[in-house]
Amino acid sequence: MEIHVVHYLVVSTVMLFCGIYGFFTRKNLLAILISVELMLNATNINFAVFNRYLFPDQLEGHFFSLFGIAVAAAETAVAIAIIINVYRNMKQILTDDITDLNG
Amino acid sequence: MEYTILILALPMFSFLLLGLAGMKMSHKVAGTIGTLSLGIVTVLSYLTAFRYFTAPRTADGTFETLMPWNFEWLPFTESLHIDMGILLDPISVMMLVVISTVSLMVHIYSFGYMKGEVGFQRYYAFLSLFSMSMLGLVVATNIFQMYVFWELVGVSSYLLIGFYYTKPEAIAASKKAFIVTRFADLGFLIGILIYGYYMQTFEFDPAQERLMQAGMVLPLALGLMFVGGAGKSAMFPLHIWLPDAMEGPTPVSALIHAATMVVAGVYLVARMFPLFIGFAPETLHIVAYVGAFTAFYAASVACAQSDIKRVLAFSTISQIGFMMVALGVCTSMDPHEGGLGYMAGMFHLFTHAMFKALLFLGAGCIIHAVHSNEMSTMGGLRKYMPITHITFLIACLAIAGIPPFSGFFSKDEILAACFQFSPAMGWIMTIIAGMTAFYMFRLYYGIFWGTENKELHEHHTPHESPLSMTFPLMFLALITIVCGWIQPFGHFVSSNGHAYDIHLDMNVAVTSVVVALIAIAIATWMYARDRQPVADMLAKRFATLHRAAYKRFYMDEVWMFVTKRIIFRCVSKPLAWFDRHAIDQFMNFMAWCTNAAGGTIQPLQNGRIQSYTQWFYGGIIVLVVILLLS
Repeated sequence: MEIHVVHYLVVSTVMLFCGIYGFFTRKNLLAILISVELMLNATNINFAVFNRYLFPDQLEGHFFSLFGIAVAAAETAVAIAIIINVYRNMKQILTDDITDLNG
Repeated sequence: MEYTILILALPMFSFLLLGLAGMKMSHKVAGTIGTLSLGIVTVLSYLTAFRYFTAPRTADGTFETLMPWNFEWLPFTESLHIDMGILLDPISVMMLVVISTVSLMVHIYSFGYMKGEVGFQRYYAFLSLFSMSMLGLVVATNIFQMYVFWELVGVSSYLLIGFYYTKPEAIAASKKAFIVTRFADLGFLIGILIYGYYMQTFEFDPAQERLMQAGMVLPLALGLMFVGGAGKSAMFPLHIWLPDAMEGPTPVSALIHAATMVVAGVYLVARMFPLFIGFAPETLHIVAYVGAFTAFYAASVACAQSDIKRVLAFSTISQIGFMMVALGVCTSMDPHEGGLGYMAGMFHLFTHAMFKALLFLGAGCIIHAVHSNEMSTMGGLRKYMPITHITFLIACLAIAGIPPFSGFFSKDEILAACFQFSPAMGWIMTIIAGMTAFYMFRLYYGIFWGTENKELHEHHTPHESPLSMTFPLMFLALITIVCGWIQPFGHFVSSNGHAYDIHLDMNVAVTSVVVALIAIAIATWMYARDRQPVADMLAKRFATLHRAAYKRFYMDEVWMFVTKRIIFRCVSKPLAWFDRHAIDQFMNFMAWCTNAAGGTIQPLQNGRIQSYTQWFYGGIIVLVVILLLS
């Protein structure tokens, strides 16, 4: 069985909606962060797949994927740092309970 | 005559100076500044009068109407604009002389009368404000400028009546005066607006074709203006504020509530006189009837009052009634045929201002000496206060209409005009003139003759006032003696502007003098002795009538009934209910709706990014569905 563009897209769509679902339902900041990563990677897959199948002579899609991975890495670093700080100050990382800065 | 602007500017300046910096000055400095500026104003007024009346007449035999200053203040349309300026014509020049003379005398007099009072500087500041407003009123170039200054004199009257602001009666009186006159001024304002709308101008002499088109509206407008004039001039039934206004310092009563402000209504009618004669003679006759009734009513009340200032107040009301009658009985512009009353009314205004100011200032001296307004605390004062006594007597004779004092001449002209109008009116006014003589001499004997108040004299003997107070008395008495002989008065002021020779109508003159002498004789018989058996007997016999007259025929009670029981209860209360329950409730409902809507959607704004994103995704899904379906 040949692996076609649709199969990739199905995988990326499932990943995206898993990410969205996780983002909506999870209360743990780390779980939310993981959900965001899922959504980002779903788009990265799309970039790579469209580049590979539709425009094989060009490289923009691949570069965008690499950019996305780099940005995601930086973003994760910052987010983890914030979460650690939150944990140090509040002793927990559940979004429902972190209301100290709520106006 | 450009310098006439100083006549308004100087009192204004001294008002600002005394009002803003007065508290830092000593009494003497403040009083001197006020008096000095008024002195200059008086000199300028006399100069203006001299130059105006000695200037050559125009070709048709009238004095030229001058407008040395006039600038457009508020333009509305091409012809309809409110101006501010100075208008000089015979009556305004005459009023300048009257106002500045009396005002100057009152300024000088107040030096003695108000000596050492708290707020002396404030008093002089208000006097300056009043003088400025009154002078501005008489030189107004148009009806709206007149209205502006009209309200200004109302305010200064309010301030001066309430000068003793720690006294509850004074506060009540000042409020009453302001509200009653303001209420009447509403009529004036509506009249002005109607006039302005139909005439397309606020000038006193609108275009002829406008006048022709106006039809029935002009009498209505003039009638409404007269309502304002009746309020200021204390015509029945709007007179109720004037007797209470006597709570103010006596010199103020002399200036505002006897000589100048209260004749503003008369001046207003005189100012609009050509329109009254030409287009609203019926309205003019209403003026006459209102004036005659007021004169009679006030004269009968004055016979029973015991407060000397109240007697004088009612006498003022009565005399203003005379002036109104004089203007009202006119039937044409020609002084030889039915237009005599105009000249007579203005002449009486002039002479009355002098002798009534004199009476009030004399009353001030007496009050100063015995520290009471009640006639019962006085008696036998003629030995102690000779100058006051003589001058007061002169003024009484003048107001009673005894020759050769000024009141005789002016009152005689009024009576002659009334007889020309109708014999009934003539006789009624003659009888009222007799009543005037009676109550004035009742007052005179009550103060200067009769039993001395031993109790008071033990305390301290009454004494003559200082020169600052007696000088104005003597000066005004001098004017009262001589100004009746100003026969050229008719040359200067007459209904159509032509020179008119005043001549005594012998029948009228003799009748009125005889009536006055009889009235004085009765007053002498009743009141000159130590005890007054006749008066007491009459008072006991007609107890109800006497009491009613003493209570001013319950006019105040009637007004209280009308305002409290009828207006407050039947109009104001339902309106207040409607305001509270309909209008306020509607507003409350709007507020409640907003509040409830806010409360409902407030949880959306909860600060949780997750719920925001859920809405965001929801929105995207909706948009996608819409895009897919379309």
